[in-house]
Amino acid sequence: MTHLTFVVYLILRYNKETMSNITTDDVQYLAQLSSISVDPADVEALRQNLEDIVHYVEQLSELDTSGVEPTYQVTGLSNVWRADEVQTSSVTSEELLALATDEVDHQVRVPQVL
Amino acid sequence: MMSQIETIVTEVKKAQTTARNQVERALAKAEQITEYHALLSLTAERALQRADDIDLAIARGESVGKLAGVPFVVKDNYLAFGAPTTAASKMLENFDAPLQATVVEKLEAEGAICIGKSNLDAFAHGGSTENSYFGVTHNAIDESRVAGGSSGGSAVVTALDVVPFALGTDTGGSIRQPASFNGVYGIKPTYGTASRYGVVAMASSTDTMGCFAKSAEDVALVMSIMAGRDERDMTTLPDFFDSTVSAQPGRRIGVIKEMLDDGVDRDVVSVTRQYIDRLVAAGHSVTEVSMSIIKYALAMYYVIVPAEISSNLARYDGVRYGHRAENAKTLAELYGRSRSEGFVTENKRRIMVGSYVLSSGFFDAYYLQAQKARTLLIQAYNELFDQYDFLLTPTAPTPAFAIGENANDPVKMYLADAMTVPPSLAGLPAVNVPAGMSSNGLPIGVQIIGPAQSDAVILSLAGQLDQVDGGTR
Repeated sequence: MTHLTFVVYLILRYNKETMSNITTDDVQYLAQLSSISVDPADVEALRQNLEDIVHYVEQLSELDTSGVEPTYQVTGLSNVWRADEVQTSSVTSEELLALATDEVDHQVRVPQVL
Repeated sequence: MMSQIETIVTEVKKAQTTARNQVERALAKAEQITEYHALLSLTAERALQRADDIDLAIARGESVGKLAGVPFVVKDNYLAFGAPTTAASKMLENFDAPLQATVVEKLEAEGAICIGKSNLDAFAHGGSTENSYFGVTHNAIDESRVAGGSSGGSAVVTALDVVPFALGTDTGGSIRQPASFNGVYGIKPTYGTASRYGVVAMASSTDTMGCFAKSAEDVALVMSIMAGRDERDMTTLPDFFDSTVSAQPGRRIGVIKEMLDDGVDRDVVSVTRQYIDRLVAAGHSVTEVSMSIIKYALAMYYVIVPAEISSNLARYDGVRYGHRAENAKTLAELYGRSRSEGFVTENKRRIMVGSYVLSSGFFDAYYLQAQKARTLLIQAYNELFDQYDFLLTPTAPTPAFAIGENANDPVKMYLADAMTVPPSLAGLPAVNVPAGMSSNGLPIGVQIIGPAQSDAVILSLAGQLDQVDGGTR
């Protein structure tokens, strides 16, 4: 490694540690996690968008939140149960099955799993 | 003086007009404004049948509800009969809801009549209604500009007098910002005010059901019917909404100075200052206050909300309902291609950002940090509400922007939400009040924010001011 390329490497490494850059591999990985097929032609635009968004939200690291509890919801409610009684529904299973594209014998058909 | 809705109900009940007349008038008006592309569908057949049923009940002397014969429009992410519920997406293009949203049922039980379904950013992801799979909605005042969003269609049909009220959803500003851009009232109620059951979910910890109308009185009347506990949405609060409540004189109002800084459009600042003058003239005390953490709210929002979106939108897999890709060889391919074809780009961005901030290795730095920061934001609001009854900011940093202006830059588009997301993260009620016009004739709104469950008092305050000086429109 020449001196110059080592300096470039250090700069890139430093940038990577302070700002999370998104690579095209990251986009493919996130697409897989999200069960979304991404057209190869769209990967670079998505990569840039995601990187811009991630860079924007990284400002949160400036806030001192030590000792602060997270707020996941604002109602203050926890474990609200309804009475354990059978409830009637206006919706029939036939109506719900009719919404599926491929219904056979009262079941929804899908392609092979593996 | 009676409000627009009260006038219709009174005349329908006295048989001075009919519910059918009201519905026919609304449908005719909807046909006249098709170039705005505010509506995705009309539910004419069902609406006319319901109108005839109400007229018959009145002729027989039977009691009819508080909204008898009043036509309305729902944003097309509310499940409602008479037309598909598309969420403005290819994913749900042909989805015929097997049930109706709780709030639609409640409004219908009081005699209101849904005449159509309005355009939105697909799955309510956006601030301009440009992300609709079915095309952009145009601003009611200047057709070259956006309607705002995501509830752009409902704001435009209210502004153009198609209907006296329309429903929207507000997760981070999706009612208030388009209300501001089109010069109408719009409320994001206290989190949990009205049931989310039967409405396409976006971010469950900030999704709220609200409405647009031309007056604060009509917003309060509609919300008083939508509000209340629903066994099918366990986050709903017991009904606290009293539309007859009145704001006391001499309220203490804090103006958040960070929301009037250099980045805000000059006309927006001057209209906000004029509104402050009107509050002072009406006998209220107004003080500039600082809330430094508010500048981080947008970053919190764009971590928390994509995380919740990635979870909520996992259900759209092309199997039981919604768009299914053709000729998929495996189940994984079916999921991937159905979602790729069924979602617009902004849906995909948000789902993938959500996957990123929730993934192992990044969870603490982004998601957990944002939820802790949210606690600090809520604490800052609580401290201010110890000293002030209400807080005031502009609703949006600019008037309506040009169609296409922010289309390819998601972060720039997100900045349009900077003023509306802070109350959403804290679950607080906030109302857009039409306050004036920009130098080039575009509506500008101010946002009044109150403590939880003060919704009706905020509306009363805004309504009193309009009655003092006749409003601004």
